Amino acid sequence: MATDSGGSVAQPDGVSGFVSDWASDQRAFKNVPWGKAMMWIFLLSDTFIFGCFLLSYMTVRMSTTETWPNASEVFALSFGGEPIPLILIAIMTFILITSSGTMVMAVNYGYRKARAKTVMWLLLTALFGATFVGMQAVEWTKLIEDGVRPWGNPWGAPQFGSTFFMITGFHGFHVSVGVLFLLIVARKVWRGDFDTEKRGFFTSRKGRYEIVETMGLYWHFVDLVWVFIFAFFYLW
Amino acid sequence: MAYFIPTAAEDVAPAEVAEVDLYHPHSFVTKYVFSQDAKVIAIQYSFTAIAIGLVALVLSWLMRLQLGFPDTFAFISAEAYYQFITMHGMIMVIYLLTALFLGGFGNYLIPLMVGARDMVFPYVNMLSYWIYLLAVLVLLASMFVPGGPTGAGWTLYPPQAILSGTPGSGAGIILMLVSLALFIVGFTMGGLNYVVTVLQARTRGMSLMRMPLTVWGIFVATILALLAFPALFVGAVMMSLDKILGTSFFMPAIVEFGELSDYDGGSPLLFQHLFWFFGHPEVYIVALPGFGIVSDLLATHARRNIFGYRMMVWAIVIIGGLSFIVWAHHMYVSGMNPYFGFFFATTTLIIAVPTALKVYNWILTLWKGNIHLTIPMLFAIGFIVTFVNGGITGLFLGNAVVDVPLSDTMFVVAHFHMVMGVAPILVIFGAIYHWFPKITGRMFNQTLGQIHFWVTFLGAYAIFLPLHYLGLLGVPRRYYEMSDTLFIPESAVTLNAFVSVVALTVGVAQVIFLFNMIWSAYKGKKADPNPWRATTLEWQTPENPPAHGNFGPELPVVYRWAYDYSVPGAKEDFIPQNVPQEEVPNTEGGLGLPMPAAHQPAE
Repeated sequence: MATDSGGSVAQPDGVSGFVSDWASDQRAFKNVPWGKAMMWIFLLSDTFIFGCFLLSYMTVRMSTTETWPNASEVFALSFGGEPIPLILIAIMTFILITSSGTMVMAVNYGYRKARAKTVMWLLLTALFGATFVGMQAVEWTKLIEDGVRPWGNPWGAPQFGSTFFMITGFHGFHVSVGVLFLLIVARKVWRGDFDTEKRGFFTSRKGRYEIVETMGLYWHFVDLVWVFIFAFFYLW
Repeated sequence: MAYFIPTAAEDVAPAEVAEVDLYHPHSFVTKYVFSQDAKVIAIQYSFTAIAIGLVALVLSWLMRLQLGFPDTFAFISAEAYYQFITMHGMIMVIYLLTALFLGGFGNYLIPLMVGARDMVFPYVNMLSYWIYLLAVLVLLASMFVPGGPTGAGWTLYPPQAILSGTPGSGAGIILMLVSLALFIVGFTMGGLNYVVTVLQARTRGMSLMRMPLTVWGIFVATILALLAFPALFVGAVMMSLDKILGTSFFMPAIVEFGELSDYDGGSPLLFQHLFWFFGHPEVYIVALPGFGIVSDLLATHARRNIFGYRMMVWAIVIIGGLSFIVWAHHMYVSGMNPYFGFFFATTTLIIAVPTALKVYNWILTLWKGNIHLTIPMLFAIGFIVTFVNGGITGLFLGNAVVDVPLSDTMFVVAHFHMVMGVAPILVIFGAIYHWFPKITGRMFNQTLGQIHFWVTFLGAYAIFLPLHYLGLLGVPRRYYEMSDTLFIPESAVTLNAFVSVVALTVGVAQVIFLFNMIWSAYKGKKADPNPWRATTLEWQTPENPPAHGNFGPELPVVYRWAYDYSVPGAKEDFIPQNVPQEEVPNTEGGLGLPMPAAHQPAE
């Protein structure tokens, strides 16, 4: 994006600077490309979706008359006899948080136009994401084998299974879509589409390395949402 | 970083964003069917919305036939009546009003009014329309499945929406929920475009406080929609799961046809909260674009600058914010904690303050104005009258104590039809007449327009004023018939018959409008590029109607606000936004916001 940074005009400080930034012409957020602005606003909307899901979960957990299954028992895995509470989910969470770190590295090398390194970090992020979804599949399988269904389970309130599958499923869908797009962005970087400014299929706009950062915004958001799901489902 | 808000030609700073090349269509299909041009998408949205709206209009006739003349029409069964009610409400609120204001007017006006060549991501914008069309088709399909469409009322309250006693509780409700989810996905794609275009793709000189109020209204309404639709989406997903998989999100343990159902422990109130967290902002999603458009129609056709522009902008923003904390005033009789009623009644009444401010400003805009009673102006004034009327009954219903006896009566029907049925529809008509010469390049027939206005405006009062009275008598809404109910006097029955006759007449009279639009689009006389002598950018395009890319080789530069009407010393009585101060030497410069010192060009 062409930006003018002449600096011939003094900027007011504090609140009035903020206001004059906003009220100026052309762009409310200076130096923010369209795609990035759009991603931020989409994520705000998506936050409301996850917020509604989690609030609904809390509401049904309070409204149901039956006891809520004990998370540390339900989500425990046994290795050689002793059940370890939350062990699988702890590893999954660690992997997903780690993937945010690798994503940051990808954005960093993307802006340096170091294509090979960007691709490497993007693929690593995608691998972590895919591992997370895979382990989620393992977790679902175990719960289903234990008799958890969307309409009931052996230990208590039927809403346990329904909210669990719905919300982790919706989050897992987000991660899966993210993995898919990480692979697409990695392919674009590898082919050098952002150096030649090749037009994107979906947006029909010229590709630039900012797309790696826009991708990163989505990925960090999916991680952040997981932190809340983790806290509300597994620690409550 | 230096940037200027230019008032004179030498102030113009270089563009912050380089021109993007547009996608240029080559074939008929890419030009007019799978088009990425916001103007074509707008027309597609509008045609689809009006077409499905006509279906909803016919459904309202069927309802009125039953209410006015019970036991007369054998084909209207009780089940069918509830299905008509449900589909009428849902189509009108979401598939007509939301789609037409945001998808139709938003797409057409935002890029033209802010001086952009197109929406920021035209391909996504195109997808938005096609997913909307799919949502409409799924909705229509639900009318042809076994059991018919859902008859749960437009609010779709569980448990009755999915229990087998309700008409359309099989495939009907599922298709309804799928259609809503699709609508939300499609809308989100469009809505993101509208917001980012307003925020990030304005032309040089178009500061936020120089935007026409139409853009402000559509912009804030789109933000509301992006934040409110998620609640409906979540509600739709959870109710589908309750229906299809047998989960118990909204379903308590309940006896159905004498047998205990498998549901257990869900919360029907949760759905009401989710629904109205969407449903109340939805009222303002429909109202705010109307507010904006009416402000521009009044200013243009009364040749006066809008009174209190800044206040008008802030009122839109504040109404938008408040609309998120009033939702439970729809639930005073739902069984929620009564203490909530106090909070929500308070916030609801606070909304009256910025709203009344807007009404006063509209009236002060007209005050001593050079009022031209053109067709758009008639509709704009009609809007103010019906909106004030519906707003005042809103104060009644916003108070919990007054609402309890009036709840579920025809008074509520009269209130919301006045405030978010008739009022926005009048704005839509006014806006279509106003921008028709720009969209088609031809002028509509004035006489037919006059007839259309007076029949619609007076007809709306003949329909909905009696409903207030019926409601105060205690006539309940959503009742299939009430022939021998003791407390309902004979006069209420004849009044119902009168309302039905008027409703059918006014409905049929809309043919005048459709004929006028279609005939004039082909045979009307060629319109002047700026027939209303308006200041905003869409009237300053080199071609009429505007071509692909909107503004020819050079994007316009904006030097003033959108309301320079009746300017003393100007050659004509208005100065378009893209005219610099040097070209109108005898006038005061740069009306609108005083220019902050920081934006003065460096010496």
